Amino acid sequence: MLRAFLIELAIYAVLVIGYFFLVLHFLGGWLHQLELHHRYTYAGAAILLIIGQAVVLENVTTLLLRILRGRSE
Amino acid sequence: MLFPISGAHISPIYLAIIGFFIGILGGFFGVGGSFIAGPALRAVGLDWNFAVGTDLAHIVGKSVVAAKRHRALGNVDLKLGLIMAIGTIGGAEVGAQLIQMLKRAGNVNLVVSVVSIVVYLSISTFMMWESRKTLSQTRLPKGTVKGAKAKEDPSAFKHVTSWIQRLKILPMITLPASGVTISLWVILFVAFVGGLFSGFLGGGAGYIRMPSMVYVLGIPTHLAVGTDLFEIIISASYGTFSHAVKGNVDILIALVMHTGAAIGAQIGAISTQYFAGPKIRLAFVPLPLIGAAIVIYTLITGHKL
Repeated sequence: MLRAFLIELAIYAVLVIGYFFLVLHFLGGWLHQLELHHRYTYAGAAILLIIGQAVVLENVTTLLLRILRGRSE
Repeated sequence: MLFPISGAHISPIYLAIIGFFIGILGGFFGVGGSFIAGPALRAVGLDWNFAVGTDLAHIVGKSVVAAKRHRALGNVDLKLGLIMAIGTIGGAEVGAQLIQMLKRAGNVNLVVSVVSIVVYLSISTFMMWESRKTLSQTRLPKGTVKGAKAKEDPSAFKHVTSWIQRLKILPMITLPASGVTISLWVILFVAFVGGLFSGFLGGGAGYIRMPSMVYVLGIPTHLAVGTDLFEIIISASYGTFSHAVKGNVDILIALVMHTGAAIGAQIGAISTQYFAGPKIRLAFVPLPLIGAAIVIYTLITGHKL
C-alpha cells in the first residue's frame, strides 16, 4: 500500500511539473482568449479539459501500477 | 505564478496540496469539500465568484477519479445516480433563484450564513447521535474490515427508513445495486433538497445528500458515497458550465488543484474498504462542524478566511 502510494506520488509529481510547463504555458494564452471572446466554447472546453485530465491521470497511474506490480510479482 | 484568466498570483504547489487533502475527503466521504476549498482559494486572494466557480470545476475532475475507483469497488448505483442528477439540477436552479431574491432584498449574507450554520450543526448532531447509537447497539468486527463485512450497514434510524421505503407513491423504482425499492418521488425529493442547498449554499452539497441517501432512501453507506460522487459529476458539470459562461471559472487553477486531488481521491476511495458504515458516518461528523466554524468566524469578524 505504502509502496503504491509513493509510486503514485512520484507519477503525479512528474505530471504536475509537466502541467506547469505544458498546460499553463501553451494553453494559458489560448484559454484566456477563449474566456474573453467565446464564453460558451470556453465553458465546454473547461469541462472537457478537467474530465479529460481526470481520466488520463487515473488511467496512466493504474497502468503504471499494474506494470510495476507485474514486475515485482 | 500568474493565472491569467482570474489574474491571481497563486503558488501551484499550494493548489496541488489543497487539492490533495480535499481529494482524500471526497474519496472517503463522497463530498465535494467546497467548505474547505472555497475559503482556501479565497485565502490566497482569489475573488469569491472565481473561488466558487473554479471549485466546482475541480470537483468535477476529482469526482471522476473517485467515482471510477468506487465503481471498480462496486459502490456506484448508476440508475440511482442518473435519477438523482435530474432532481439535483432542478433544486440547484431554485437555490440559485433564492439567492438572487435575497440579493435583491439586500440580506443575502446574513440569511445564508444563519441557514448554513443551522444546517451544518443539525447534520453533525444527528449523525453523531445515530452513528454512536448504532455502534453501541451493534457489534462490529475489530480491526480493519474488508469486503462484504465492511458493507454490512446497521443503522439506529432504520425504522424510519423502512417506513419511507414502504410509502407506495407510484411509480416505484427498484434499485438492484442498492437492494432497495422506493418511490421515484422520494428519490427526486431527496435530490432536489440536495440541489437546493447546493444552489443556495454553494459547492456540491454532499454533506446533505450523502446522509439523506443513507437515512431517507436507505442506501448502504458505501454505495451512498460512490453514487453521490457519480451524481456530483453530472450536477457539478452543469454548475461549472453555468459559472464558466458567467466568467467565474479559472480552469487553469482547477487543473492544477486536480493533480493533487486525483491522488487524494484514490486514497480516500480505497480507505472506505477498511471501515464499516457507522464508522464512516461518525468520522463524517467534524466536516459540517468545520463548515459551521468558518461561517461563524466570518459572521463575527466580518472577515473572509
